[in-house]
Amino acid sequence: MIKLPEKPLRPFQSRTEEIVFLLLIGMVILLPCLNGMLQEGQAFHVTGFQLGVWGKYLCFAVLAMSLNMLWGYTGLLCLGQCLFFALGGYAFGMHLMLMIGELGAYKSQLPDFMVFLGYTELPTHWRPFYSPTFAILAAMWVPGLVALIFGFLAFRSRIKGVYFAILTQALTYAAALLFFRNDFTFGGNNGFTDFKYILGADIREESTTRGLFIASGILLLLVYMFISWLLTTKFGKIQEAIRDSENRVRFSGYSTTHFKLFIFVVSAIIAGMAGALYVPQAGIINPGEMWPTKGLDIVVWVALGGRGTKFGPIIGAVLVNMLKSWATRAYPESWLIILGTIFVLVVLFMPNGIMGLLQNLRAKYWPKGPERGTGEDDETAEDAPVRNET
Amino acid sequence: MNRIIQRMLPWWVFLLTLGGSAIQAEESEARRLLVIIILGEDVERKQAVEAIEEHGDEIIKTVVSAWRVGEISTYTPPGSDQVLALLKTPEGYFNIATGDAVVPDSEPETNQPSRRLRKELKRLVDLIDLSSSDLRARSSAAEKLGLSQKPEYLPVLRERAAVQDNEKVRRAFEEAIHITLLANGSPEEQLEAVKALGEFESFPSRDFIDKLVVEAGKVLDDEEATDEARNQAEAIVSASVAAFEKIDAKQKKVEFYGTLFRGLSLGSVLLLVSYGLAITFGLMGVINMAHGEFIAIGGYTVYLVQGYFAKTFGAGTEAYESYFLWALPAAFLTAAFFGVILERGVIQFLYKRPLESLLATWGISMVLQQAFRLKFGAANVAVSSPQWLSSSYEVGGVTMSYNRLFVIGFAIFVIGGTWILLTRTKWGLHVRATMQNRQMASSLGVRSARVNMLTFAFGSGLAGLAGAFISQIGNVGPSMGQTYLVDSFMVVVIGGVGNLAGAALSSLGIGMADQSLQPILGPVMGKITVLFGIILFLQLRPGGLFPARSRSLDD
Repeated sequence: MIKLPEKPLRPFQSRTEEIVFLLLIGMVILLPCLNGMLQEGQAFHVTGFQLGVWGKYLCFAVLAMSLNMLWGYTGLLCLGQCLFFALGGYAFGMHLMLMIGELGAYKSQLPDFMVFLGYTELPTHWRPFYSPTFAILAAMWVPGLVALIFGFLAFRSRIKGVYFAILTQALTYAAALLFFRNDFTFGGNNGFTDFKYILGADIREESTTRGLFIASGILLLLVYMFISWLLTTKFGKIQEAIRDSENRVRFSGYSTTHFKLFIFVVSAIIAGMAGALYVPQAGIINPGEMWPTKGLDIVVWVALGGRGTKFGPIIGAVLVNMLKSWATRAYPESWLIILGTIFVLVVLFMPNGIMGLLQNLRAKYWPKGPERGTGEDDETAEDAPVRNET
Repeated sequence: MNRIIQRMLPWWVFLLTLGGSAIQAEESEARRLLVIIILGEDVERKQAVEAIEEHGDEIIKTVVSAWRVGEISTYTPPGSDQVLALLKTPEGYFNIATGDAVVPDSEPETNQPSRRLRKELKRLVDLIDLSSSDLRARSSAAEKLGLSQKPEYLPVLRERAAVQDNEKVRRAFEEAIHITLLANGSPEEQLEAVKALGEFESFPSRDFIDKLVVEAGKVLDDEEATDEARNQAEAIVSASVAAFEKIDAKQKKVEFYGTLFRGLSLGSVLLLVSYGLAITFGLMGVINMAHGEFIAIGGYTVYLVQGYFAKTFGAGTEAYESYFLWALPAAFLTAAFFGVILERGVIQFLYKRPLESLLATWGISMVLQQAFRLKFGAANVAVSSPQWLSSSYEVGGVTMSYNRLFVIGFAIFVIGGTWILLTRTKWGLHVRATMQNRQMASSLGVRSARVNMLTFAFGSGLAGLAGAFISQIGNVGPSMGQTYLVDSFMVVVIGGVGNLAGAALSSLGIGMADQSLQPILGPVMGKITVLFGIILFLQLRPGGLFPARSRSLDD
């Protein structure tokens, strides 16, 4: 066993990190206050719409962090993170669908699409979802279980690298095809929409939006703290060691299969929670959310922000989505071209993403910065394993 | 070989002209008779109706159907006492006797057949195809008459069956006779018909025999039935059971071979689609997410070439028909050209970072897809198959369309061509050397940058070719490539990365599995099952069918 030097249990390794983290907390408190306390038309007033949009960004950021945990810190590129996100969304969406009650278009206890498809009673597997607790737990254990089964099969036969990435994509594709079917009892093509109530509150009220925003913010902070804490533990060291050289870790007597499986399941659960919070804010969930291209989008957020850095995925997710919502309005015709070009340029000229760029700037203009702790999490893409050629 | 063809040439020309003149004589005779039927007196007309039954010319059907809806007119040109029969079409009037266009001065008088004539004409239309010069039309006309089970057609069918030279056509006639007899014949004839249809392994007769069995069952249940009737019914039932067995066995066989053929053709499409990826991803290690867009480039190239040919030569001309043969190299070259740009512009910097090549090519794929949308519209564009690819060929009940046969043939050509290129040429040697060890190859004097560029271009070109074929059997649209991307990656992974033979084998395997599961589970569930099957297969063989052997640890 490796003997690590004793360190105080502190999630932050540098002052910068502490400052950024406090800023995040501030934002989570400030934005809802600006929305709730200021009147419409006053300066600094944040509209409910804006708050809802930022709430969604926060969910995307959590999703990106879950992928970063896998890809950035453990070296497992998963192209199916959108599947876990959507599964969590579906699980909570089922509860929201049942909460519509008789307010739907068909005035029936059943969700509209079921009436439309000719169901006379609720399918058995839908019944427990009347309970919000069950739905929230399902948003965690369903993605976790899928990840457990798939991960067990994949890691057991030592599928890794590119092959793992492609297989997760195939899994996502298969699942999306399944969810597109009407007889799969999850609304087929249209998915779930038209939600009315969440935990007894009207979903269109601004106070609900505020609540959901705060919940997303808290989830983000908790996930951030969890991931940071994990990295300081012995477990985190092994995680990073697997990324850098899996075989050496295995030769040292660690079962990398189990470590990877654990990380994979945890990351799926986090993605599922993000999905569960996303659905009430977006107001819709459909199989398009788990289409393989979405999985690639998430990878792009992480890569753009900086893979294997703590704030990179948050910055990447928020920035790309802001860019997206701006470009879809300003350049509806060519925004995909803009976005695509940016990805190419980032990969070519900013291999470590925005965080890498900041790091380089700091090293150049501020060589003896106030560095505390290790700060070694940012050198990943440079030493990504070179393809061994035989 | 050439000399034989040259010697045969005069004979071919002779035979062709002979056939041509025979057909023309047939048509003018038919036209003459038609004019008599329209304009002639009763006796003359009756003879002509009887005589025209012998002719199967296309013009008869056109004119007779037009007559029944009142589009035949009579017209006397000024300064002549000869009455002309005219056919009214959207393009104007045509003289039925000669087929020439006529521009009448005054409005021609519409000619309507009498009620009795109408009835005869209907029968004529029904029977006309029985004498069609097209053997397939003749067989299907006989089949149609048989399925109507009307006894009044029996004499005609019998008479015609006797004079058919073609084995297949005669069988179709006999099948029709027997199916008609099932409903109308005496018990002995019925029994005979059931036996014969069993011998013929005739699918369409199954339902009719079924009806007969139901009736025989009624006779058996009837306590007042005579012994004779009982015996007959029993004989029919047992004969029917035997016939069913034969028909079902044949049906199973046809289904099996049909599945085999569809699996083979889907496998060939997959092979064409994934062979390019097997080279760029398998050999070069570039995760090319824009591979699907190269397929689309091929599809759009065919669309453009088709448009060019239609504009230059006019749609439907012989030169236009050959457009696809020109579109194939064009698709290859266009996609290869874009491949060179992509390799030089982006990928050459990423050989050491395979996962990042994934991201960059994903960006490229977004750009290209949107570019297609802006240039060609978001909807699919229409690419029509040339005539010679759109018909089909039937063997033992299995229909094989020419474009699918062509795809299979071309897939074999691509495998062979790539194999020769990689193993029998100097360039292939350099490619293999570079892919094995880039630094070592370039130290030994291989211009590895150039080899990389050309290999990537070759892989992209193959994707373009695949797109050209998909334009014939599927849709051409901005996101057409996305449909095939996951499939292609699966094929390469299952085959064993870096192994072209493995890619060929796995695409056939996936194609076959897909097509044999589809009838049982439906298209979507079939696909899902295949995908999960692939995941499980990799449990057994994580490296694919032919794993790359290597002594290094991290591969």
